[in-house]
Amino acid sequence: MKEKQEKIRSEFSKDLESVKTTADLNDLRIKYLGKKGLITELTKNMQELSIDERKEVGRISNDLKNELTEEMTKLESSLKEKELNAKLASEKIDISMPSTKVSVGGVHPLTKICDELEELFISMGYDVVSGPEVEIDKYNFEMLNLPKDHPARDAQDSFYITDEELLRTQTSAVQVRSMLKNQEKKPFKIVCPGKTYRRDADDATHSHQFMQMEGLVVGENITLSDLKGTLEEMARKMFGRDREVRFRPSFFPFTEPSYEVDVSCMKCGGKGCNICKGTGWIEVLGSGMVHPNVLNGCGFDSNKFTGFAFGIGIERIAMLKYGINDIRDFYTNDLRFLKNYNRIEGGDK
Amino acid sequence: MKLSRNFLNDYIDTSNYSDYELAEAMTMIGNEYETIEKLSSATKIVVGYVEEIKDHPDSDHLHVCQVEIAPGEVTQIVCGAPNVDKGQKVLVSLPGAVLPDGEIKKSVIRGVESNGMICSLTELGVDPKYTGETREMGIYVLDKDAPIGEDGLKYLGYDDTTIDFELTANRGDLLSVLGMAYEIGAITGTKVKLPETKVKEEVDDIKDYVSVNVETDKCPLYLARCVKNLKIGESPNWLKARLMASGVRSINNVVDISNYVMLEYGQPLHFFDHRTLGNKIIVRQAEKDEKIVTLDGQERTLSEQDIVIANEEGPVCLAGVMGGLNSEVEEDTTEVIIESAIFNSSNIRRTANKILRSEASSRFEKGIDPKRTYMAIDRACYLLEKYAGGTVVKGLQKYDTIDYKENIIEITLDDVNSLLGIKFTNDDVLDTFKKLSFDVKVEKDKFIVNVPSHRLDIHIKEDLIEEIGRIEGIDKLPSTLPVTANTPGHYEDKYYFNKLVRDRLTSLGLYQVKCYTLTDINSLNRFTNDPKDYITIASPMSEDRKYLRTGLLPSLINVVNYNTARKNNDIMIFEDSDIYYLENGVTTQKSLVSGILCGTLISNDWHKDKIVIDFYTIKGILENLFEYLGFTNRYHFDTVDLPKDFHPYQSARITIDRDVVGYVGVVHPSISKNRLYAFELDLDKLFNVKVRGIKNKEISKYPTVVKDFAFIFDRDVVSSDVCEVIKKACGHILDKVEIFDYYVGENIGSDKKSIAFKLTFMDPTRTLNDEEVMQLFNKAIDSVSSKFNAILRDK
Repeated sequence: MKEKQEKIRSEFSKDLESVKTTADLNDLRIKYLGKKGLITELTKNMQELSIDERKEVGRISNDLKNELTEEMTKLESSLKEKELNAKLASEKIDISMPSTKVSVGGVHPLTKICDELEELFISMGYDVVSGPEVEIDKYNFEMLNLPKDHPARDAQDSFYITDEELLRTQTSAVQVRSMLKNQEKKPFKIVCPGKTYRRDADDATHSHQFMQMEGLVVGENITLSDLKGTLEEMARKMFGRDREVRFRPSFFPFTEPSYEVDVSCMKCGGKGCNICKGTGWIEVLGSGMVHPNVLNGCGFDSNKFTGFAFGIGIERIAMLKYGINDIRDFYTNDLRFLKNYNRIEGGDK
Repeated sequence: MKLSRNFLNDYIDTSNYSDYELAEAMTMIGNEYETIEKLSSATKIVVGYVEEIKDHPDSDHLHVCQVEIAPGEVTQIVCGAPNVDKGQKVLVSLPGAVLPDGEIKKSVIRGVESNGMICSLTELGVDPKYTGETREMGIYVLDKDAPIGEDGLKYLGYDDTTIDFELTANRGDLLSVLGMAYEIGAITGTKVKLPETKVKEEVDDIKDYVSVNVETDKCPLYLARCVKNLKIGESPNWLKARLMASGVRSINNVVDISNYVMLEYGQPLHFFDHRTLGNKIIVRQAEKDEKIVTLDGQERTLSEQDIVIANEEGPVCLAGVMGGLNSEVEEDTTEVIIESAIFNSSNIRRTANKILRSEASSRFEKGIDPKRTYMAIDRACYLLEKYAGGTVVKGLQKYDTIDYKENIIEITLDDVNSLLGIKFTNDDVLDTFKKLSFDVKVEKDKFIVNVPSHRLDIHIKEDLIEEIGRIEGIDKLPSTLPVTANTPGHYEDKYYFNKLVRDRLTSLGLYQVKCYTLTDINSLNRFTNDPKDYITIASPMSEDRKYLRTGLLPSLINVVNYNTARKNNDIMIFEDSDIYYLENGVTTQKSLVSGILCGTLISNDWHKDKIVIDFYTIKGILENLFEYLGFTNRYHFDTVDLPKDFHPYQSARITIDRDVVGYVGVVHPSISKNRLYAFELDLDKLFNVKVRGIKNKEISKYPTVVKDFAFIFDRDVVSSDVCEVIKKACGHILDKVEIFDYYVGENIGSDKKSIAFKLTFMDPTRTLNDEEVMQLFNKAIDSVSSKFNAILRDK
């Protein structure tokens, strides 16, 4: 009996070595464990044996069966894995081949700048309001302390439609509308983004159509320091957290005092470079404290209220921020240009 | 304003400031400079004397000159100028001199040693527009009395620098060297010296020379004096150089003096030849269509708004703008009548804008200090006596209606600090007024400021606060944020809606573009059945930008053409913008959103993936937008009344609740060869559609039953009509109808089409049984068959 057992065992070892596939293994299983398999063979003619012998044969064949099953199971799982791997290998793709482009659009870079500014100002409690591009002279100029024949109108050569109507030259026109609309004459904070027009020939730095965002805060005890702090927030949001702001006296008829606002150069940080022409500062916008004539003209008592106003050139901000050299690029709408701005802002923010 | 530093130095000491420092300091008090330029950048230029001249042995045009370059020191210079001659005083650049065109070195020219160069003014870097010099004129010859060996630039007054300031419109007072001196005095703290105006001798009486009659209220001040026995000639070098550095060309001593005084005081003067003017000056408004030939030889047609100076025969000067040719100072003029006046700035501005802008008009427009009107006329007399040999006639003809009221403004320290948010002291405030030469009295906590008459820009206390901020500087201005009610910021509703539409369209793959509002006539009223009364610009820059666009699609087609020309072939763009037009003559505003798509939506060539954009792509995008905006089951596409710029059979009208909101379809092939798919929607109408809030919809736990059938229809049956019939037949248990196949082809007949529908039945409250589904399904088949005369193909 022992001999038979050993013989089966050694034959099995040999057979096992020649198993290459799960199919081979199945054949092997049938050969040893099948109904007519070798182990079954062992227990043939059991009737002829004594009870003790039977027990013995039964035990041996059972052990042998367990032993072979275990080995085959072990082999089976490794074969299965190998076969799966072989199958997967046959499915190999070249992942370097070009992808299928999923088309996603994007907003215009000027909208992107407006969105960023709006987000900032809304977070500071400003309302975003708009006004018409075809404006009346009264709102665009006169009520902003720019009477007819005022020399300061030279800076804003206008597209007139009639004597009284024109394409607005500045979003400041919305200032007047907002103040007049404010029936209770309560303090308020607004920004007004929009298109504006001046009668300039188009070239790399001039555009007859451009965008501005006007900011206006009217309240009690509003000071120039408040304007500075506000514009610092703006500069840091748009140009990075280390930016500083400097005020240079200037003149706008609707503010008194008036200031041009410079931001420390985003390229050199103020040391002086070709972008800031060696000065360390870049002019970004005009601003000032709202002129009493404007406040009073719109029903806000200038003895009680003060305010500040600023006008941001959206193209200018975009050109500085991204290094765009030609303002016409914004209105040509080359898709390659537009696509370049379809991503999140990086850099230090 | 081009400021000559030599000119400035006559009135104020600025020797502690370099050109750059001065320009920067001025910029920081609000007078931005643009450029700093030397009148001549040449170095090592001396006055030389040509002692001897011989022809060059080896050249037909060069000369070999012996030039005395310092008393007793003679050197040899080869010179090619045709006009060089023995006995001339000339400008010599010595070896080591740097001229704009390079450095001068000792050299040997065709075998002859040369130790320098004899120069023209152009070679020194002086712009020929001031000197009238041409190449053929050769070298510049100095006066006989020029001292040998002296610095040539200094001798000519060319050792000067011009700082060009871009001044703000309120500071007319700075259009003068004196005004600049006061302003710079506020930086340097130094005193201003006034020019000399006292003449040596006066003769006769002005009354016998000229009378003044002012017949208009547009001339509040008019002064006239007379100078006789003038000798017209060249101006002295220093005067020529000053004018040059100030951007003015020298003409002759008399004309130059008139310009010089204007530059000095900011008061434009006019000199009339007494012979042609006569003895009577009349200041009046022009008659309609009255004509005058101005100094530049142009005939100008005037209107009543223009002011003229006239004699009894007619206008002799367009007041404040330009003199008349008929009374011009000429080579043989000996007697001039000097006008120093103030004209209404609005009138001058209108005249100048209409006819011609001049140095004079730009000063009158911004306002003149009447005190300077008086000073300037005396200064002109002084200079004519001194530099043009003139004899000044005694007396002044004047017409003066000016109210010489003092300009007194009261201000407190608190006024200053509460507006600026900075802590200035009383001393700071006093310091500012002292530097600006403003008289100030202190009464308790009040400063009573008497603003000098030349500061025409100062009217209210905020103007004074600006001065204090400007002069004291606001470097220490703290940064704070406004303290206001802590309320959240909001978008204006419609602005926000526009943003939502824009964001949805970009997420659907479209790029936002921005185009010009102004357009040409052919781009108006396209792609619409509702032509607008468009708006025209009164003074357009070109025909291409003369009208306000009435729709956005023509602009978008231009963008497409620009891009396809650059091989950007797959295009999905939109623009959201307002348009403006007249409705019953009233300017009206409307918001539109339009888009154009062409090329492929998705493609990957090697992978054989490709979705080409067609009508159904753009329709899908719009449906997606409408669903996003909550218009489910309320929008509808039909083919009624399509605008002619769309393809008549591949386009649709879009309605929401039966209201037309726009169109979508193929751009008519006569407009674009490319197949462009376009839409234009009325954003105002979309905004005004009332939409209910989102409500949860229970997801059914019960199974759905799906059935399908196909019918053969006549070609012009509309699929959406069939779907409607199916929905009606099946009732609410029908969850949805989908079209999953479409066929046209020979084997069903050329006027037929086959459409296959998939019907999904579902009840959220129970499991459906087969019989009721079959019953409805059959009802649908019957309805479709009978309503559309359709043949059931499959089920």
